[in-house]
Amino acid sequence: MNDLLSLYRTMVRIRAFEDAAERASQGGVQIWGQSAAPDAEPALVKGPLHLSTGQEAVAAGVCAHLHARDLLTSTHRGHGHTLAKGADSTRMMCELFGRATGYNKGKGGSMHIADFSVGMLGANGVVTAGLPIAVGAAHALKLRGEDAIAVCFFGDGAINRGPFLEALNWAQIYQLPVLFVCEDNQISATTRSAPMTAGTQAASARAQALGIAATPVDGNDVLAVSAAAAELIAGIRAGSGPRLLHALTYRHKGHVSVDPAHYRDPAEVAAALLTDPITRARELLAARGQAEAAAQVLAQAQAEIAAAVAAAKAAPVPLAEEAYQDIATTGQGVWA
Amino acid sequence: MSSAVASTPEQKSAVHAPAAATLTLSYAQAAALALSEAMDADRNVVALGEDLGRGGVFGQYRGADGRPLVERFGPQRVIDTPISESTIMGAGVGMALAGLRPVVELRVADFALCAIDELVNQAAKNRFMFGGQGRVPLVARLPIGIWTASAAQHSQSFEAWFAHVPGLVVVAPATPPDNYGLLHSALASGDPVVFMEHKELWSLQGQVTPGAAQHVPLGKAHCVRAGSDITLVSWSKQVHAVTEAAERLAAQGVSAEVIDLRTIWPWDQQAVLESAGRTGRLLVVHESIQAAGFGGEVAATVAEHSSARVARLGAPRIPVGYAQSLENVARIGADQVVAAALRLLQR
Repeated sequence: MNDLLSLYRTMVRIRAFEDAAERASQGGVQIWGQSAAPDAEPALVKGPLHLSTGQEAVAAGVCAHLHARDLLTSTHRGHGHTLAKGADSTRMMCELFGRATGYNKGKGGSMHIADFSVGMLGANGVVTAGLPIAVGAAHALKLRGEDAIAVCFFGDGAINRGPFLEALNWAQIYQLPVLFVCEDNQISATTRSAPMTAGTQAASARAQALGIAATPVDGNDVLAVSAAAAELIAGIRAGSGPRLLHALTYRHKGHVSVDPAHYRDPAEVAAALLTDPITRARELLAARGQAEAAAQVLAQAQAEIAAAVAAAKAAPVPLAEEAYQDIATTGQGVWA
Repeated sequence: MSSAVASTPEQKSAVHAPAAATLTLSYAQAAALALSEAMDADRNVVALGEDLGRGGVFGQYRGADGRPLVERFGPQRVIDTPISESTIMGAGVGMALAGLRPVVELRVADFALCAIDELVNQAAKNRFMFGGQGRVPLVARLPIGIWTASAAQHSQSFEAWFAHVPGLVVVAPATPPDNYGLLHSALASGDPVVFMEHKELWSLQGQVTPGAAQHVPLGKAHCVRAGSDITLVSWSKQVHAVTEAAERLAAQGVSAEVIDLRTIWPWDQQAVLESAGRTGRLLVVHESIQAAGFGGEVAATVAEHSSARVARLGAPRIPVGYAQSLENVARIGADQVVAAALRLLQR
């Protein structure tokens, strides 16, 4: 399903998830040299929380064309990709809250959110690390003759690390079924990417230099993302070899949830908010006479996420003994 | 054999020939035999790395008949890769998550440092970090050791680095039968294994009897020589210098027990503690740098759990030099082992 209403549903589910996680992360955390307020309640979501607020159209538009058997790698900003790939919001929220009922049993948190059962092989705390893993997964799919592809989300900051070149080269020489999606939010942590990056349209240009066709798209136009992804994914399934989708978007929030991002020009932020993908989709739905359906979808998403938060709050934390589990079988029980 | 890799699980159980006669094989050929048996038994076992198509840079991907394994298994399963260490290792992780059992060749351990994120942050952490959702059955072959006149970037032994990383198994075979048997066990373990072969052992000949009986269990040391006065613990190529030292010590009336650890992590604490408890003296010898080396871990563990006196012998903390006179300073020979053992016995 990739009609506008269902794309909108995916986007508002992500937005509701991010907003709820953001709220739960405020409080007793220290970041960027600022101390937590002494009277603050301890945050329920601790640690670095990288929000994809504003970037929902990329996750929704691409994942609408994937099956559970397709494999996906993501970034540190991976909640949206995980939800869009089919993961359950309650088990995700439990993971962010560090609960035993989370996808990773509380061992990974936000930066390592994953649901292998729907082919989501993990967010990753290391920039660019998902690319080599995705090409390896695609390599395995090809060798095993499986009817599936791999998709790899990465940011504009990732293209300046060596494994970007290595992985694209690898995918091209072995003609692997992989879609590289550059989710270009124009900022690398807290530094604008443009002055850090040689060339223009660099993600696309670098792919094209390796003979990999690259498609630029307005990453805040969910229909455009979906249409571009549909065509590229159909081609990859038919044996085109690797492709790159370069989606230009904007990160509404700071690098992490407690980063107010004062380093950005308020005028730039205000202008970017006018291109919010969810607002645009909602207006389009209204123009198509689906305002009521959109409102209903939004209410459902908010109720779903509220229930996820309530469940996460009530869920048990992992037993300390779990710290010794899931490491390696070799030598397990002999010494840690 | 077809080069196509099918996904049908039925094909995993290829029938092995009954236990063959004992073969005389080099350390390199012994590993190639284990790998080819594993590839026969499971079509999901693949090997990838630089120059594998011509049999590996040290010939360790050639069978005893001298033919590169690629001729038997095809280029889709013995995969020639670009010089892209990060992606050789990272793709290995992705392959493992998607159903293959990759053997990842890193040429020399020194180059594996270009893949350290993929090995330490990705392969080793995957199972825990994702709450046991997946596993990474990957064997990373990292040839180690001083290799004549190869200088500072082709001579290092990093077993202590990887022993420090939870999630990794670390293996360092000293003989052809152990290279055969440990590689089989590494491939079967289901965990990421750092498999460290010594570059000056490739041509060492030994007796290998193919078959499951010679699959050496991980975490199990081998008592090379029994003794009662002092325990000498070592691994990899250094085992041979230590064994020679034990023979010389015997001529001086000292009975030295020699233990080859074989697996660095998880290491055979029980065997070492039992021996050191009996002899009352432990000397750990390794080619790698003594400072912060794995010998310190072995010695400290024995000191914590027994009244044995302990000592370490490893290389000085210097890069390996090119000229023979410089390189020799980094090598640990039997003379030094004898001297260190006698010093410990006099303490």
